[in-house]
Formats: sequence, C-alpha cells, structure tokens
Amino acid sequence: MKITKKENWKSPSIGNPQIKLLEKLSNTISVSGDEREIRKIIIERIEDLVDEYKIDHLGNILAIKKGKGRNRIRVMLAAHMDEVGFMVTHAEKKGLYKFEIVGGIDERNLVGKPVIVGNDQKSGVIGAKAIHLTTAQERKSPIKTSALRIDLGPANGEKIKPGTLATFATKLKRVGPSILGKAIDDRIGVATIISILENQPENVDILAAFTVQEELGLRGARVAAYSMEPDIGIALDSTPSMDMPTFDGSENTLYRTKLGQGPAVYPFDGATIADPRLLDLFTSVGDEYKIPYQLRQPAGGGTDAGSIHKQRGGIPSISISVPGRYAHSSATLVRLDDWKNTVRLVHATLSHMNKNLLTKDRR
Amino acid sequence: MKELIQNLVELTGPSGFEHNVRDFIIDEIKDHVDEYKVDNLGNLIAKKGKKGPKGIRIMLAAHMDEIGVIVTHVDENGFARFHTIGGVMERNCAGGRVRFMNGVGGVIGAEPGGTRQAMPNIPKLYIDTGAKNKAECKVKVGDVGAFERTFMDLGDKFVSKAIDDRIGCAVLIELLKILPDGPNEIYAVFTTQEEVGLRGATTSAYSVDPDLGISIDVTLVGDTPKANFMEVGLGKGPAIKIKDGGMISDPRVVSWMEAAAKRIRIPYQLEILAGGTTDAKSIQISREGVPVGCVSIPCRYVHSPSEMADYTDVKNAIKLFVELLKKPVKLN
Repeated sequence: MKITKKENWKSPSIGNPQIKLLEKLSNTISVSGDEREIRKIIIERIEDLVDEYKIDHLGNILAIKKGKGRNRIRVMLAAHMDEVGFMVTHAEKKGLYKFEIVGGIDERNLVGKPVIVGNDQKSGVIGAKAIHLTTAQERKSPIKTSALRIDLGPANGEKIKPGTLATFATKLKRVGPSILGKAIDDRIGVATIISILENQPENVDILAAFTVQEELGLRGARVAAYSMEPDIGIALDSTPSMDMPTFDGSENTLYRTKLGQGPAVYPFDGATIADPRLLDLFTSVGDEYKIPYQLRQPAGGGTDAGSIHKQRGGIPSISISVPGRYAHSSATLVRLDDWKNTVRLVHATLSHMNKNLLTKDRR
Repeated sequence: MKELIQNLVELTGPSGFEHNVRDFIIDEIKDHVDEYKVDNLGNLIAKKGKKGPKGIRIMLAAHMDEIGVIVTHVDENGFARFHTIGGVMERNCAGGRVRFMNGVGGVIGAEPGGTRQAMPNIPKLYIDTGAKNKAECKVKVGDVGAFERTFMDLGDKFVSKAIDDRIGCAVLIELLKILPDGPNEIYAVFTTQEEVGLRGATTSAYSVDPDLGISIDVTLVGDTPKANFMEVGLGKGPAIKIKDGGMISDPRVVSWMEAAAKRIRIPYQLEILAGGTTDAKSIQISREGVPVGCVSIPCRYVHSPSEMADYTDVKNAIKLFVELLKKPVKLN
C-alpha cells in the first residue's frame, strides 16, 4: 500500500507521566471477573476525555470519542483490564489459605512467590517446604497447586473470604531500558489506548473498549464488539517473547517476538487471521514512517480480536502487541522503546484511516 | 462436473486466503444467481430466488478454505519453518509438497532424530524452497501455502487434496446452475476460515439470518482397513448427518431429507460422526437459533494431501438438494 507520511504528524509522547500511569495500573489487583479497581482508575483518567462512556453488563468500559469531518471510520480499540491471578477458595487455620489459579499461570512459577490478596492488598506468600526439609525425589517434580497454600501471616487474625482474588506482589520497576511488572499484560494496552485518546487523530471515531475476562476466553470483548458495532477492530495487548538464546546454541526459530524490535503486528494467531487490508496498512505505515515493527510469528494464542472479528456480520480486525518476556509469571519484562513505538505505530496508522479502507477487495 | 471438481481442488486457498477460489466461483455462478456479495470476512454470499408465500429463507454453506501452512521463520540457510493452518497432521507432512499463494513451491523436510517410525512434530519440520540462503528465500514470515497434489481420476472414484470442502463448493455451484425456480429464497454461502473454527459461517449466518441452514461438507468413513467403526462408506450415497462433534441436526431436518431421498430413490446413509464438525454448528447457534442439517460427501483420508471421494455420491447429493429445495419446506 502506498502511504505518504503526513508532514504535521506528531506522535503522542511516552514519558514519565505515562509510565507513572502504567505503574498505577500494573500495581492494582484486577483479576478476571472482578475488574472494579482498575475500572475506577481508568474512568478517572478518561471521563473528561471522551464524549460518552458506559459500563456494560459484563463490566467492560465502552467509551466513545468522535473525530471531526467526513468519511470517518469507526475504530474499536480494545485492551483488557483483567489479569491472571489467584482466587482464595478455603481458609485453613493460622492464616493459611487454599487457592486456585485464574487464567493461565504455570504451576511451576508459584512456589515461594510473594502475593497480594484482596483489594486492600494484604501481603502474603505462596509457601512450600524449605529445601532443608525436602528429599531429592521431591525436588524432581513440580508441586501441584492443590498442595500449595497462601500464607497471610496470619494478617492480624482477620479471615479472608473464599472468592477473594490475589496476584503476584511485584511492583512495577524500571530496569535500564526495560520495565517489569506483574500485570503489564494488558495494562500496557490500557495505557496505550489512554495515550491515543489524549492525542486522537481527528479523522477517526475511537470506540475504546476496556474489556473484562480476556484471560478466561475473550469474553468481555465479545459483547463489547457486539454492542459497539465498529467498522474495524484493533486489539492492543502484550504478547510473549521467547527471544533468549537456545541451550545448545542453535538458531532460535520459536521466539514468537523479540524485544527491542518494535510492536508485534499479528498476521495470524490461534483465534484470528488478520484482515489483510489492516495488515497491509499497519506494515506500510511502519515502513513509511520508519517506525520499527515486527511480525509476530504465526502460532497459537489469541487476543480480544478473536472475539471481535466474529461479531455480527464480521468485523475486520487485527492485533498489535508490545512484546514481553516471562508473560503470566510474577514479572513480565518489556522494553520501553517497544511501547513507545507501539503508540507511535498505532497513532500514525489511525491517522491514515478512513472509510475507503474497506471498499478495497479484502485480499 | 469432473472438470469443475478438478478445477476447484487444484486451486490454492488455505483459511483466510480464499480469494483464488472465490474468484473462480464468482465466475461460475454470476450468471445463475440474482445477486452476490463478498462480506468482511471474505465469504461469498449468493442469492437465488424470491421467497414465495409458502417459501422460507434457506442458507446453504460450503467452505472454500483448505488446511495449509504459514511461515513462522526463515533460517540463515533459507529453510522456512511453519505453523499449521487447520488440522494438518504431522504424519502427512514429511515429503509433502506445498504451494504458496505467491506461486513459490517447496517440499517439507524433517530434522533427523528418533526412530524411522517416529513422527516428527511440527517445530522439527521445515519447508525447503530450494533457496541458497535466507536472502534468496522467496517466502517470508506470514506467507501462506497449501499442499500441492494433482487431481487423479480413478473412474468412479477420484483423489486429490482439498476435496474437503471444494466438493461441497462443486455441489453448490452445480445446484445454482440447475435449480429450477421454486418457492424458497436460497442463499448459497461459500464460507471462509472453516478449518480454523467455522469463522466465516459464524458471521455469514448472522447476516443472512436464515430460517433453515444446511452445510455441505465431507465426512469420515469406516470402510478402510482397521478403520475406527463408522457406518458410512464410500459409494453408498450422500450421508445425511444425524450428529457430529459440534452439533446435532434438527431431527425434523433429518426426516425431511430422508423422505426426499426415498422419493427420488437415491441411496443415502445416516451419519453419526464422533469428532469434528461443520459450518452447520455455527449456523445453528446464530442469533435466536436456526434449524440445521448437513449433507456429507463420504471421503477417505480427510486432511491428507490425497483425499478420496466417489463421483456417484456427489451426483446423488445434487439430486437430493434439487428435490429438497424446489418445493415448500415442511418440517415435522
């Protein structure tokens, strides 16, 4: 696709205020199914920014900010508010609690991790036998979640109710050129949408969906897209990067994405085949504006786009993600530059969108 | 008809990249339908006939896409690693040939290791396009292809890749050409992305909003050596689906189909498929729910590069559809 760079294009900046926001977002507990805490923070940030917003029956925030002029296209930007975490299921004696995993977390990542429990963020730890007391045989196999407990201290003898949600306790940190935090997936998408709303290109109507229950099966996005009925859908998320060297020094062919190479544009994942027109537009804008981007390796997995594109008569959709190492563990690590370039690429691409985009043959 | 089938199966069109198939079908049907359009997901939706006083709106669905491959990485020596599109089986890969949408051909090789019997998994397979190195490789990340295998005519039977579901497309095309005017409004939908999760049928069923839905697809058979038990066999007539892994046909639709097959004295079989499903699943649960059924063409070696079907089953399926669609539909 031939794109001519707009002379007056100005990228939204990602600096300390934006990182501060990401920090606040990432440090909050909002595990799938109860996204109230994060919703408060988002609404506070956007209520004066958008033309209208509502909270739907599943808890999604659906906000609309209209552009100006004719031939505007209605673009849904979706980022999920929820994160993977834990649910307390049973109180035992002395501040020990049984729990279950909410969303996809590798059991092997649990032992010995500090956690925060409930919206008042009580501190605890997922405990296990000290190494002094284990046998060689025990150390060979991972410990099942059912054999693990969250130990709350016990927090002043006060009992936690079953159903209380918890997450890893990691606070967001800047480490050199990188940021690490427990809920970068997908608070970084949330922060990206807020930056876009603050610097909205006038040629588009933005339908911003801050969705719920993505980690449980793209549930919130499904009803959000049905009710918003956009012309196109863009999911903004975080995607795993496995760009570390291989143990035997052979060429790593299964990296999915690489840190520092820019936003990951998805041609194909387990839930969505990107609309070819959108894929062409994003990559063409990246080339013309010299914004680094990478194609996420086609593979399984999915984003909110998997739900969005199947709503009603079909909604052309694509996903754009910030690559992150160690996703769904206690700390996801991303490069600040990749986030900056994600915001730049999304903003620049939006500024080239109008209704004619969809009049082209979709091949 | 055989020529039509050959033309269809030899086109390259993995899920999401059905445009060659779509262009071919548009050419075939445009003079035989009242109107057609291509929707947001690439479905080709063709309308034929007006709803008379006793008529209903019927959606017929056959999927254009086939299973295939998508490049994930080109290594320093020019070998392309890939991910599968749809239900590609490892055991059918090594030694297989693929054709990319950009015309480039290649052969699937496997890293050595394990025993001669061991099935290499997908990350150990690669596509060799004959490139000397990465720079010369004519495919890149995101390029898609499908198996390459020519049509083979065995008399009553025929063998090819992509009989699943170009054979359904062939039935629909033929039907649009010969179906006499009747009381029903027929929406022939050539769907996309069936092999990755019935996606095209999901959105087209929503927009067509039919009173009745029927998919036309292939089904497995139980008539090969040591096959898992299944009643259906090749050459014993089109199969009227009772259930599969994703949907249970509306029993009224099954009876309606059986009665029609008996009336015109064609052989037919009743199909109970343990796993797998068709576009009818998506149609059934669209909007407020839709009565659905499925007519299957029995097929051996489904999802291999050499699927086999029987020509008379195809012809009888067309006869059955003509009988079903030319009259008012009464389900009871």
